[in-house]
Amino acid sequence: MAEATKGLSSKERIKKPRNLMPLHPAELRILSWTEVPIGYSREQAMDEAIRCIQCKKPECVPACPVGIDIPAFIKLVEAGDIAGAAGKIRETNFLPAACGRVCPQDKQCEAVCIVGKKNDPVGIGNLERYVADYEREHKLDRTPVIPPPTGKRVAIIGAGPAGLTCAYELRTRGHEITVFEAFHRGGGVMVYGIPRFRLPLEVIDEDLKLLEDMGVEFVYNMVIGKILTIEDLLEKEGFDAVFIGTGAGLPKMLGIPGENLNGVYSANEYLTRIYLMNANEFPRASTPLYQGKKMAVIGAGNTAMDVLRTGKRLGADVTCYYRRSHEEAPARTEELEHAEQEFIDFKWLSSPVEFIGDERYFVKAIKCEVMRLSEPDESGRRKPLPTGEYFIDEVDTVVFSLGCEVNPVIPSMTPGLRVNKWGVVMVDHTTYHTSKKGVFAGGDVVTGGSTVILAMGQAKQAAGYVHEYLMGQFNYELNISTDPNAPGVQWEGRFAKGKR
Amino acid sequence: MDHFDWDDAFIVRSEAEHQLHYCHGSSKESENPSRGRYHQDFTILEKRELCANTYYFKVNAPLLAKKIQAGQFIIIRPNLDSERIPLSIAGWDREKGYLELVIMAAGRTSTEATMKNVGDSIQDVVGPLGQRSHVAKYEGACVVLGGGYGTGAVIPTARDLRQLGNKVYGIVGARTKDLLILVDELKAVCDEVFVTTNDGSVGIQGFVTHALEKIMEREKVSMVLAVGPVPMMMAVAKVTEGKGIEAWVSLNAIMVDGTGMCGACRVTVGGKTRFACYHGPDFNAYQVDFGELVKRQQMFVAQEKIAFEAMQR
Repeated sequence: MAEATKGLSSKERIKKPRNLMPLHPAELRILSWTEVPIGYSREQAMDEAIRCIQCKKPECVPACPVGIDIPAFIKLVEAGDIAGAAGKIRETNFLPAACGRVCPQDKQCEAVCIVGKKNDPVGIGNLERYVADYEREHKLDRTPVIPPPTGKRVAIIGAGPAGLTCAYELRTRGHEITVFEAFHRGGGVMVYGIPRFRLPLEVIDEDLKLLEDMGVEFVYNMVIGKILTIEDLLEKEGFDAVFIGTGAGLPKMLGIPGENLNGVYSANEYLTRIYLMNANEFPRASTPLYQGKKMAVIGAGNTAMDVLRTGKRLGADVTCYYRRSHEEAPARTEELEHAEQEFIDFKWLSSPVEFIGDERYFVKAIKCEVMRLSEPDESGRRKPLPTGEYFIDEVDTVVFSLGCEVNPVIPSMTPGLRVNKWGVVMVDHTTYHTSKKGVFAGGDVVTGGSTVILAMGQAKQAAGYVHEYLMGQFNYELNISTDPNAPGVQWEGRFAKGKR
Repeated sequence: MDHFDWDDAFIVRSEAEHQLHYCHGSSKESENPSRGRYHQDFTILEKRELCANTYYFKVNAPLLAKKIQAGQFIIIRPNLDSERIPLSIAGWDREKGYLELVIMAAGRTSTEATMKNVGDSIQDVVGPLGQRSHVAKYEGACVVLGGGYGTGAVIPTARDLRQLGNKVYGIVGARTKDLLILVDELKAVCDEVFVTTNDGSVGIQGFVTHALEKIMEREKVSMVLAVGPVPMMMAVAKVTEGKGIEAWVSLNAIMVDGTGMCGACRVTVGGKTRFACYHGPDFNAYQVDFGELVKRQQMFVAQEKIAFEAMQR
């Protein structure tokens, strides 16, 4: 096949239509927890790979937070060497099956794809997913070579995307790694926050097993800051460095009346009950969930989409309330589309002002103010403005998904660890070193809430500097803000032109 | 958007830190940490029935036992499919590495826990969680009040208070004589212990507040800590309010993760939303919205019944 396509000109390649990801029909998928996309066939994958014009200066690579050599792996797919493609991706990304599924490609690699200027961009995410699944299904050996031990020990706090990436990177440099996790299993937000119909559990468990096979030690039920502090780890437990990848685990509140009514959940609680504690299998699993028939979800980010679609699968009528319009919704295009296909109602330009409860203190209605959008301001963003008009909808479950703030457990228990007024751990923007010697941080704990891949990208960069630190080569003038109003590490804008 | 104000939590913590210097033992860590040293199996070392449906457990948890402080709590998951439930701690031994728990079989998960026997292990134990109890040297006496299985939770705090040189009274209440628990254990850490029963089968007839009022008549009380059912904690707040007494209650809200991640344990304290797991579990008794707490504790009543029936099948 590769021979047959060798002679194709770039023009011909660009003209080819994109291979759409085959999906389970919406009518069926809302009845099950099966993953929604079916995945490319080999033919589709190889056909899609032809669409890549192998740019001399690819823009997709710098747009990828972990810098996957995208043209190179796609070239291997085109040639039918899927195992080779898998190896290529693994050089830079050790969670390809997860990333192919949950990365916002439409805002990263695919946003800058040259093919996308004339036609739909190359299906980079779909191809990554195909390659990773092929690798898993064919049980290809993925264990990297581990160099001889350096004798250095690193404690990693949090077994989520950032922590796992950092563990992988440092283990492949020969260090001894212990990952401390507060929950009883690893995976972090990929388990408790991302639905099974987007990211099946076996994908995460395979990656955890890979790390275990590499000799990474996992310790569960350990709330660092409580059972052991960071100082304990460095001074008493003999660790040479610490990486904090605890994520953003403190739900933001609306601050409106009725917020504490029964039946009003944070997205974190709702999703954790279901995906970590299996409340959807209640009463076999004993964690309960109060799931009403008519559910309101506040917010329109990726997590909100996850909650909406989860509620639908639990048999509720679900409606999304967002104070801006469809255009401004922060969710990935694909998630929004999938949600719309799944018969979910959207009430744009609706800002909740109150939750109304019944005599048993359960929520029975939601009161919203109708908003309108202003003219675009200097930043081009249209602000929602109140209109003074209200409406009331009857609901019996509300889930608010407004994002998260950084969990305070570690910052509050670590003297000398500098945080800004939002609790975001301040780091040097190059090295990810915190204000405490030998302690690095990455992921949502330094951004205040972002995506799996950005956390991985930061953890990967940080790992490089942790390695230098361990080997005594770390020699930087640290620039860590002392301003409590300083934002955390900003990622948007670090990517090429990032059209949204 | 409400940003959580951690300051008060910090202050409580750092004050407590200074005063509890004696808690920092001289146990030397071994020089050569080895692989797998953090592995903990939460084996049950001892089990005793305290009264009907309520058991005392001694659970192996060496790392936890080394760090836990009075007022902090743990979360357990007895079996793989169990719910995560918060539990207060009745005591610990830092050297021998065990925790003492009092578990009352109420719902499915607590019943599953009480069905375990010596030699069995608890699937997961997480902690120590929450902030430690606020303790200081007070001018007047301190009174700790325990109702039902909450009695265990006041023992460690009473011990800390006494070690700081306070005069500490203990009050244990129950409906009837047979339901009284941990009286001797409390006696060991208090200057004097009063027992109250609703039916008068032993001790003072009435509620714990009757004993509290008696103490207050007799001498100056500066601080009270009440742990037990919400009506009892409310009554304590009512009796002491406006009398220059510092009153603390430990709230048993519904929780999932116990580290502030999910917000299931939201309580309104002083008009602000607080997380019982992170900001608490101890709060100023006069500021807690008990009415809301009671209603929120009822959130899953219907489901709990279903779960319990499913277990019995």
